[in-house]
Amino acid sequence: MDALVNPTESSLLHFTTAGSVDDGKSTLIGRLLYDSKSIFEDQLLAVEESSKRRGDGHVNLALLTDGLRAEREQGITIDVAYRYFATPKRKFIIADTPGHIQYTRNMVTGASTADLAIILVDARLGVIEQTMRHTYLASLLRIENIILAINKMDLVEFDQGVYDKILSDYLTFAQGLDKMPQICPIPISALNGDNVVERSLKTPWFSGPTLLQHLETVQVHAETTTAKARFPVQWVIRPISDQNDAKVGNLHDYRGFAGRVASGTFRVGDEVLVYPSAMKTRIAGIHTYDGLQNETTPQLSYSMTVADEIDTSRGGMIVKADEPIESGHEFDAMICWFADKKSLKPRARFHLRHTTNEVRAVVTDVLFKVNISTLEKSQDSQEFSLNDIGCIRLRTSAPIFFDAYSENRTTGSFILVDEQTNNTVAAGMILKPVTDAFEDDSEVSI
Amino acid sequence: MASITHLQFLESEAIFILRETAAQFQKPALLFSGGKDSIVMAWLARKAFYPSKLPFPLLHVDTGHNFPEAMTYRDWFVKEVGAKLIVGSVQKCIDEGIVQEEKGINASRNKLQTAALLGTIEEYQFDACLGGGRRDEEKARAKERFFSHRDEFGQWDPKNQRPELWNIFNGRKHFGEHFRVFPLSNWTEMDVWQYIRQENIPLPTLYFSHQRRIIERHNQLLDAETGFIPLLEEEKANVREMTIRFRTVGDATCTGAVESTASTIDEIVAEVAAARQTERGTRADDKRSETAMEDRKKEGYF
Repeated sequence: MDALVNPTESSLLHFTTAGSVDDGKSTLIGRLLYDSKSIFEDQLLAVEESSKRRGDGHVNLALLTDGLRAEREQGITIDVAYRYFATPKRKFIIADTPGHIQYTRNMVTGASTADLAIILVDARLGVIEQTMRHTYLASLLRIENIILAINKMDLVEFDQGVYDKILSDYLTFAQGLDKMPQICPIPISALNGDNVVERSLKTPWFSGPTLLQHLETVQVHAETTTAKARFPVQWVIRPISDQNDAKVGNLHDYRGFAGRVASGTFRVGDEVLVYPSAMKTRIAGIHTYDGLQNETTPQLSYSMTVADEIDTSRGGMIVKADEPIESGHEFDAMICWFADKKSLKPRARFHLRHTTNEVRAVVTDVLFKVNISTLEKSQDSQEFSLNDIGCIRLRTSAPIFFDAYSENRTTGSFILVDEQTNNTVAAGMILKPVTDAFEDDSEVSI
Repeated sequence: MASITHLQFLESEAIFILRETAAQFQKPALLFSGGKDSIVMAWLARKAFYPSKLPFPLLHVDTGHNFPEAMTYRDWFVKEVGAKLIVGSVQKCIDEGIVQEEKGINASRNKLQTAALLGTIEEYQFDACLGGGRRDEEKARAKERFFSHRDEFGQWDPKNQRPELWNIFNGRKHFGEHFRVFPLSNWTEMDVWQYIRQENIPLPTLYFSHQRRIIERHNQLLDAETGFIPLLEEEKANVREMTIRFRTVGDATCTGAVESTASTIDEIVAEVAAARQTERGTRADDKRSETAMEDRKKEGYF
């Protein structure tokens, strides 16, 4: 209990769960919440009461996660739900994604902020098409850690042969991915709790960690530390005041670029480039409410001042001078299409949101679509409908400052917003800039 | 490699959301109730825009049924952070006939707050209201977005929400629509208390153990001191002096107390860690039906 009360030791892990209907996903989440004592008495009581009212023969743990009236009435899960639990070692945020028609959209949403994905396989069914889809999506979104939870082992008598076969099938498939994630296979029974929190006596042949042990100890967030230093400018702080601040001094000329460090480390005195102009200057001060800092930490928020008067504002970007960023208005990207009433076609126009920037964008080409069950690329169709994934070329009304998604999940990602409905209709991951020496590089108006 | 604590992550995420709100909207406001979540949110807002003052006002939707301690605190806090305060009044809505007071002994103005909130949003033309709601509080809130879209009637449509990917938030809207923004979405009750301890944030005295005259109704301990709750004859005979504290601070008619001797933040953190009831378990307003929160939220509640 002491460790639970002490905030300094634990870090945070975001993970998502993927599986098809009836593979025990809700049971697994219920088990993790229950065994880590994150379900409260009144919640459990409420679930017991509604299970009885519905005529469920047992306490239906899925009712813990299905909160909306329509979900309870229809016994389905509508949307990504977020769950929280903590152990003495770590705090966890689960993006719980339902497995129905909008599955791709929901899983992509949950995966975009996840460090790890639990992919559930029913031991009786083995690796099925759904398993491959989920793995492809996790790898597309660049989740680098996967737990392959081979569930319902109790129904195959905890047979090592079944486990070995599923693992071998899975690895064969995973080797075909562009980038192979770290895979941690675990034989479990979510219903009975085998190898979830407690080590099972029924799998003496298994020497790996339990699911919770792995969640508590897996190393993540390496990218934000090792990637090039990137600071998207979110807001300019200008007090416009003649008062003196105890920490900052005279506020009259204070002009701080506020934002959250996407990756890397900036230090006071560092030579930096400030976009859109890419002018060179030095970092003069790194400010927080809690005092001046000598250097930044990835993912934390600051207000930075620079030595020279350089024009930038929301949508701008500060990077280290020896690590310039791509600045351009045409690039290729993988997208997942989310709209159910509209399709994406060449010449379609959108608002494109990237880091803190917003520009207009037009689809100049559809390069290929991916069949996510076979991973085959095809050029048969130029049109994307709900849940389609593929590669398009986009041209923007003004340059954006980006990296490839393979190098940086923050500066390589974007969303497309429908100009009429204002809905978010696509998630995008930048592959590479389009550079054509013969092309006129002036700004296009669209 | 220096890894950051979960409180550092949550603080930075909330600051990011607060700055996005200031940047993406013309006229935001921060909903301030004097409860711990809105206190933490306003505290984070001060950090987000430092050394500037807050670029938006605090908005208090006043039911008129306030604990005096919460009001004293509100006025002190507003001065402390140098913010502007706007008060939306439920009493005014009742006087103007926009809403009717509930009747009976369980009458509460909690639901009437929605009318006062929507009225104030319209009066001041706010296009985004920052709320201290957290996803761990209640099952309908677990599906809430950071940027939650509301139609021109202030309604929430949980089945038609915008997906939120990475750290990119889409606050585009049509004229007349607005957003509710929840910077503390990913915080748990425990995180809030740990942060209050870490930052040494002063709180209303209601959160700490004190003596209060209390009645018990439907397994809840309710205030019998402010006089806002009408008492039945048999209840009047059963008013007891108890040692209690409040886990949430809202309208006095529907905020339940817990028996507690926790009189410091450390003691409260230990109590929360050991608690087997959610903090909403002490809220009478959520007990009205299984989907009480969802129903109120759809109409435009916080």
